[in-house]
Amino acid sequence: MTKTTVMLIVVALAAASYGLDAQVSSDRLLRANDEPQNWLTYSGSYMSQRYSLLKQIETSNAKNLELKWMMQNQVFGTWETSPLVVDGIMYLTQRPNDVMALDAKTGRMFWLYRYTNSGRQTVCCGAQNRGVAILGDTLFMGTLDAHLVAIDTKNGKPLWNVAVADDKLAYSITLAPLVVKDKVIIGVGGAEYGIRGFVAAYDPKSGREVWRFNTIPGKGDPGNETWSGEAWEHGGGSIWVTGSYDPATNLTYWGTGNPGPDWNPDQRPGDNLYTDSVVALDAGTGKLKWHYQFTPNDGYDYDSVQVPVLADLMWKGTVTRAMLWANRNGNFYVLDRENGKFLSGTPFVKVNWMSGFDEGGKPIQTPQPPGKVTYPGNQGGTNWYSPSYSPRTGLFYVSAWENYGSIYRKETVPFEPGRRFNGGGNTVAMPNPDAPAMRRNAINDWTDVVGRGAVIAIDPKTGQPKWKFQMYDVTDGGILTTAGDVLFTGGREGYFHALDARTGVELWKANLGGAIMSAPVTYSVDGKQYVIVNSGNVMAAFALRE
Amino acid sequence: MNGFRSLLGAAVVFTLAAHLTAQNAPQNQTGTYDRTQIAAGAIIYGQCVLCHGVNGDQITGVDLRQGKFLTVASDADLVRLLATGRPGAGMPAFTMLRSDEVAALIAYIRSGFDSVASGVKVGDAARGAALFSGKGACATCHRVGGRGAYAASDLSEIGAVRKPESLQRALVDPGAAMIPANRSVRAVTRDGRTIRGRRLNEDAYTIQLIDEQSRLVSLSKADLRSFELSPTSSMPSYETTLTVDERADVIAYLLSLKGR
Repeated sequence: MTKTTVMLIVVALAAASYGLDAQVSSDRLLRANDEPQNWLTYSGSYMSQRYSLLKQIETSNAKNLELKWMMQNQVFGTWETSPLVVDGIMYLTQRPNDVMALDAKTGRMFWLYRYTNSGRQTVCCGAQNRGVAILGDTLFMGTLDAHLVAIDTKNGKPLWNVAVADDKLAYSITLAPLVVKDKVIIGVGGAEYGIRGFVAAYDPKSGREVWRFNTIPGKGDPGNETWSGEAWEHGGGSIWVTGSYDPATNLTYWGTGNPGPDWNPDQRPGDNLYTDSVVALDAGTGKLKWHYQFTPNDGYDYDSVQVPVLADLMWKGTVTRAMLWANRNGNFYVLDRENGKFLSGTPFVKVNWMSGFDEGGKPIQTPQPPGKVTYPGNQGGTNWYSPSYSPRTGLFYVSAWENYGSIYRKETVPFEPGRRFNGGGNTVAMPNPDAPAMRRNAINDWTDVVGRGAVIAIDPKTGQPKWKFQMYDVTDGGILTTAGDVLFTGGREGYFHALDARTGVELWKANLGGAIMSAPVTYSVDGKQYVIVNSGNVMAAFALRE
Repeated sequence: MNGFRSLLGAAVVFTLAAHLTAQNAPQNQTGTYDRTQIAAGAIIYGQCVLCHGVNGDQITGVDLRQGKFLTVASDADLVRLLATGRPGAGMPAFTMLRSDEVAALIAYIRSGFDSVASGVKVGDAARGAALFSGKGACATCHRVGGRGAYAASDLSEIGAVRKPESLQRALVDPGAAMIPANRSVRAVTRDGRTIRGRRLNEDAYTIQLIDEQSRLVSLSKADLRSFELSPTSSMPSYETTLTVDERADVIAYLLSLKGR
């Protein structure tokens, strides 16, 4: 290294610490790992490992974590947002579509933007928003009434606002968009109402739609033959969790939701592509490069919207550009992300809806008789909760629901635009009036009989658990890992845990008193590493004691 | 209905009186309408009340008191509308009104039907937009629709939240019209750095601001040697630098900014 290079690096570091380079270029997004003090995309980087290179907090000192600040939101309901942090400023959302800019060091607010929904918005599962994306000096947010809004990072003022889909037909947006190069990529929810899902890319300057990929192929398009009659027209396949991107192949990967109606596969014979799948799309054109379907002709609401985790692994002696996926259907998958080839599938919880895979990686389905329990249950072996992969440990971490099953009931349901389109129902095995759902009281003397939460550390090479951290209640928490080999997670009990990522041993915990419904994020300001988590209506920030 | 009749009766009285007042001199020097004019306009409005209602909001999409119109913006537009009507929409032409009566009616509408307040002249929004970025140099500090600077408040929605009177006051006497959130801050840190900006938020220990380089900055008061909040505005008065008509145009432009 020459002296000039050293000087340049020093200058660059100084500039970064004073935030002079406020613009978040697409190049910075591409090299998110070069600035671990920041958290620039929903999952931290395009690889979506929710893994940070920060290591001030590590296994030996995690016991010295202490509360630095809290921020209480002023709205009712579970809080699923995951913030961005850019040069000391945090951007986050709260219900239904408010955006805030906070000082990441103190939690104090710079500005608050309130978006007014149409009043017609329809969502199955709460007025959720999971966060924003950033490019340049602009934030992007999808809204419950299916608009995409561009917001000025400096003052929270809207710059443009476009309708992505028709909220009268129950289209909605709850995910954080993904910015790739000069495009803002977004998808729509609403499969419980018979929408036809899509992923779409927008021009960040004008809000003009650049491309659209329909997750349910239309008449004459390849894949349409996996539907019978007109069932494809309201076939679901919604997109409600943020995808990933691989610059080497220029492919963007998105998990798709359940087919409609949810629980009656007899009403839509066929595999129902591309529901419950991962689709690999050309980021420039939206053209489908490959797909893999996890649950063909799904009757269990096994959305496959999980974050696609990208990792480069040694697979049977060769370096493989892999995709790691713990699915709601209870299996952990390894795919080749260049071509979608199925490399392995292994149950990580109790599974009885299928018995194995054929040579092509298609599940051999074993539907249970009416009235019998199907594992995993309706909420899945996991769900939308962010998983994590640590390149240091080589382990994949998932928030799981163990020994949890449902009894499904199917019914024929007519399609009516904008109305519920579920086709039956389900009850939790071992019925309990408080059986796992999004809302319930604080007393829990029963999850041991209907299922319990766990963090499972899976070795991708074998698909087998390396260790397991048991909780009593279930968890929707999601997981963060760091280069300090610390794993952060939480659950509905409200405990925020720091675990040793290699062993699963608990290093520290704090009782935050409210369900943790989104994954932690870490960043640093002025040389101090913070880790934040949402519990109930509170965002809590921790750092090491001085 | 009794009220309507008495208004009509009063209108006749006014018609006689109007001959005696100055012809067609709607605004005074600061761009406001005088009270006698507004009071006269209240009587002429009796001819409008049947369709527009006592509160000026009986026609869908129109709220005369709030300055909400379907097709017009400036005072000149209103003059034209009264002369031609909107036959297709059911509004007759009011050709029987003299120009001073038209001016009085506009004064009454602009004052928000408040005959004791002073109305504000509203000019042409397109000319106002040009003044905003040109002669007035407003965009060197203010921001509209993602363009301009962050030094002063963003005006993208100002037309939805401010009335003509308060915009008029802000242009003529900015200090008096400034809201606390827009106070400018000068802070000197213990290591001697000076930070100037506009206050966004403050608590007992910290202050959040946007500095002159448009950066969001959070300061710990314990780290500061000095900290001043200016009670005065750094915005210049436009009482002399813009003419009455130019201010009216700027106000028209600002009123047209209703956000996104």
